[in-house]
Amino acid sequence: MNVSADLSLAVPQLILGVSALVLLVLGAFSPKSTTAICGGGVLALLAAAFAAATAPFGRAFAGGLISDQASAFAQVAIYIASAVAIPLGQPWFERRGVRNFEFPVLILLAALGMGMMAGSGDLISLYVGVELHSLALYVLAAMHRDNAKASEAGLKYFVLGALSSGLLLYGASLIYGFAGSTVFSDIAVVVKHGANTGVLFGLVFLICGLAFKVSAAPFHMWTPDVYEGAPTPVVAFFAAAPKMAAMVLFARALAQGFGGASGQWQQVLVLIALTSVVVGAFWGLAQKNLKRLWAYSSIANIGYALLGLASGDARGVQAMLIFMVLYMIDVTGFFACLAALSRKGRSMETIDDMAGLFKEQPWIAAAMTVFSLSALGLPPFSGFWAKYYVFKAALGAGLGPAAVAGLVGSVVAAFYYLRLIKVMWFDVSEGATDRPPVEARAIGVAMALFSFPLVMVALTWIDPLAHAAAAAFGLA
Amino acid sequence: MPILSLITYAPLVGVAAILALRLFSRPDDARTVGAAKWIALITTLATLALSVLLVVQFDRNTAGFQFVEDNAWFAGLHYRLGVDGISVLFVLLTAFLMPICIAASWRSIETRVLEYLIAFLLLETLVIGVFCALDLVLFYVFFEFGLVPMFLIIGIWGGKRRVYAAFKFFLYTLLGSVLMLAAILAMINISGTSSIPELMTYHFDPAVQTWLWLAFFASFAVKMPMWPVHTWLPDAHVEAPTAGSVILAGILLKMGGYGFMRFSLPMFPQASHLFAPLVFALSVIAIVYTSLVAFRQVDIKKLIAYSSVAHMGFVTMGIFSGNLQGEQGAMFQMLSHGLISGALFLCVGVVYDRMHTREIAFYGGLVKRMPWYAAVFMLFTMGNVGLPGTSGFVGEILTMTGAYGASTWTALIAATGVILSAVYALSLYRRVVFGELTNPKLAAIADLDWREVAIFAPLIAGTLILGVYPNYVFNLTQTSVDHLVTVYRAAVGG
Repeated sequence: MNVSADLSLAVPQLILGVSALVLLVLGAFSPKSTTAICGGGVLALLAAAFAAATAPFGRAFAGGLISDQASAFAQVAIYIASAVAIPLGQPWFERRGVRNFEFPVLILLAALGMGMMAGSGDLISLYVGVELHSLALYVLAAMHRDNAKASEAGLKYFVLGALSSGLLLYGASLIYGFAGSTVFSDIAVVVKHGANTGVLFGLVFLICGLAFKVSAAPFHMWTPDVYEGAPTPVVAFFAAAPKMAAMVLFARALAQGFGGASGQWQQVLVLIALTSVVVGAFWGLAQKNLKRLWAYSSIANIGYALLGLASGDARGVQAMLIFMVLYMIDVTGFFACLAALSRKGRSMETIDDMAGLFKEQPWIAAAMTVFSLSALGLPPFSGFWAKYYVFKAALGAGLGPAAVAGLVGSVVAAFYYLRLIKVMWFDVSEGATDRPPVEARAIGVAMALFSFPLVMVALTWIDPLAHAAAAAFGLA
Repeated sequence: MPILSLITYAPLVGVAAILALRLFSRPDDARTVGAAKWIALITTLATLALSVLLVVQFDRNTAGFQFVEDNAWFAGLHYRLGVDGISVLFVLLTAFLMPICIAASWRSIETRVLEYLIAFLLLETLVIGVFCALDLVLFYVFFEFGLVPMFLIIGIWGGKRRVYAAFKFFLYTLLGSVLMLAAILAMINISGTSSIPELMTYHFDPAVQTWLWLAFFASFAVKMPMWPVHTWLPDAHVEAPTAGSVILAGILLKMGGYGFMRFSLPMFPQASHLFAPLVFALSVIAIVYTSLVAFRQVDIKKLIAYSSVAHMGFVTMGIFSGNLQGEQGAMFQMLSHGLISGALFLCVGVVYDRMHTREIAFYGGLVKRMPWYAAVFMLFTMGNVGLPGTSGFVGEILTMTGAYGASTWTALIAATGVILSAVYALSLYRRVVFGELTNPKLAAIADLDWREVAIFAPLIAGTLILGVYPNYVFNLTQTSVDHLVTVYRAAVGG
């Protein structure tokens, strides 16, 4: 295949890479023009989303990059979520005296890495994508430089992220050694009838590394600390889009590289999924800080998404994709609400801070109620439909006991979501809150409106899109 | 005209109007609050008018579903509504009790009135939706979403231990419901459809039926509530505001019985037959044990709550007796209990609004100051006991006749429940209404005012009319219940 045909499949990634460099140069020469740089970043992301939606399908760079319905689906979701992060984050930083033009550039680089993950077809581009987005995220976590907690979060994230990258690389090298190729489609030929011990060993390391990235238990330890320390709008970003990218990568690696060994990785995934659900549900009960609480909530939710993936068929992958899209919207909205709240300039982050919020900020309180109920999995909020698909797929794939265990786990987690609702609605306010910034509140409320009631209409077109995307993985 | 959608969503028009009112005026302003109350009352009355229209147009000679609306949704699901003889009266009951609830809260709710009204109107939509839904997932959506407004009603406007009661209510019901969700998903996977009418004719393998039945049972038994998972009910009732208790006892509990008749019996007949002895045992334990517990209560509301559990025991017993008398009796008992227990909670509300206590010992001799109240309370106490001439009698005698056809011992033990209900209900009445007026705080207590009379009037009329001429109900339910029993008996070979 010639270079121009290869490049035509990489248009979205090219747009992002070039824009990031241009904006970086622009920022270096005129550091004051942050508004223009942010605007440029948003435009670049939207253009990339459009390009991804209309990109031709095929394989480029000797199988290193794949463009299909699945990569298009994931990229559109990832780029739009990244575009939302810029207007949410930049004003937040500027109000706190951090006037860095690097913020939108880092978001663009992270989006580029995630775009590569969504379309990666071999172990090399997998690793490059993962590293590119991770490095951008480490810096973003520590972006609030004067804040000790943010720096701690960045460092923790970096050290543990480096460890997981090591696991990933080790696994990749083992697979390469025993399968003789780094390209998924070549590996698939070798493991057609199950993986041999060497490849299996590598696969387990690969799964562990990716589980780290999606913060699935027992590789979740970094999540609560990083969520708590990092700036809230940054958390809104990296709780959503990177998870989507990593899950799609997860699905692609397992389906297209190790589809023949599905019986072998299925049990690992079920174990990780259920551990995540249990850890998320029970550890979450003890949390007082909302960001930590939502970190455990995200661990549990990733558990559900992995349960969909563990089904090992097209329906399971479709369920996982729908789950991740709906989850992204919820989690972005929740952290946007949290970013909008402050009392006398101090961020409101504990559950007790939310006392009587309904009286002070009815819109934000209503939106956070919607997100809580959605995370709880109550119909007709989006979280219910997400779980609906996942559990249906899991039951259909014969994972009945695991599905029931997951459902019961959701009842345990219900307690802490209800406690948040209780504090906001039943308790008495501790005093006036500051006027919420327009952009954060608007994003929070818009996401809440999607979560209920728009989701019930939106699913009529998300469902077939995710169906086509899941079919692209080539599972039964 | 999609009349079912109209009835289901009519309350949401009121919600929208009140939300608009809240946006454009000060929510604490007395005029805003007054306007919101009228909006809520008019909306619920309009819904009632529509439901009456529905019942009038209802063809009582068809066993199948009527007024069916069917639109494809996503992932093979359908937005599908319809009613038959079993559900149509529950729609009417809901629409009937809602204006009464709004009127009953007219003065007793003083804080966050707009939100309160919104919660009630939303609840009405969801409950009617439960009875109209003909798609499993749509049913589940309405069924579960109803927890939210009720959680808020108990938690925000409830009594001292409201938070505890609200959490207990929510978590108990949720645990039951997620198991039902698992069963729903399994049913869709096995049969390939989520349509309730199609599933009613689908034959599940008996081994699978057992699991599905148990999962549905977990949800409906909690909702009903059956012994031993009834403990959330007394807490929820005691802490809920009066109107909340009326809705809880009058309608929400009926969703359990409705579920048994709509899902368990027609879809899993073999399993229902297999587990009928279990249900009988739990039912008679509920009837006898909770009646005895009720007798020992010191709180009026808690006493009535326990009596509800006992009365629901008759319902489950009737449903699983699997014959015509049993089913008709269960249907009737649910409707009658909706009126009578609702009215009894309103009776408690009347004295609670005046004295702010529900302790039985606080009262006594009320007949001296409140003769009208004493008369109303007497009527509903008698209804609760099951005195012939009130609607309570018809349901009890029929469910017992039905149970006699299935299991003599069950009927025999359940019959003692009738005596026990007289024991606790009459002793409550004696201690609250009769005797000397010893508590000086009661000296100035006022009798019913016109608003309260207007609230009780339709309930009194309903209790007496149904007691004297139960055929109003039976005519409507006959064909559908006949069909249900015929299919069930054919399936279990009896």
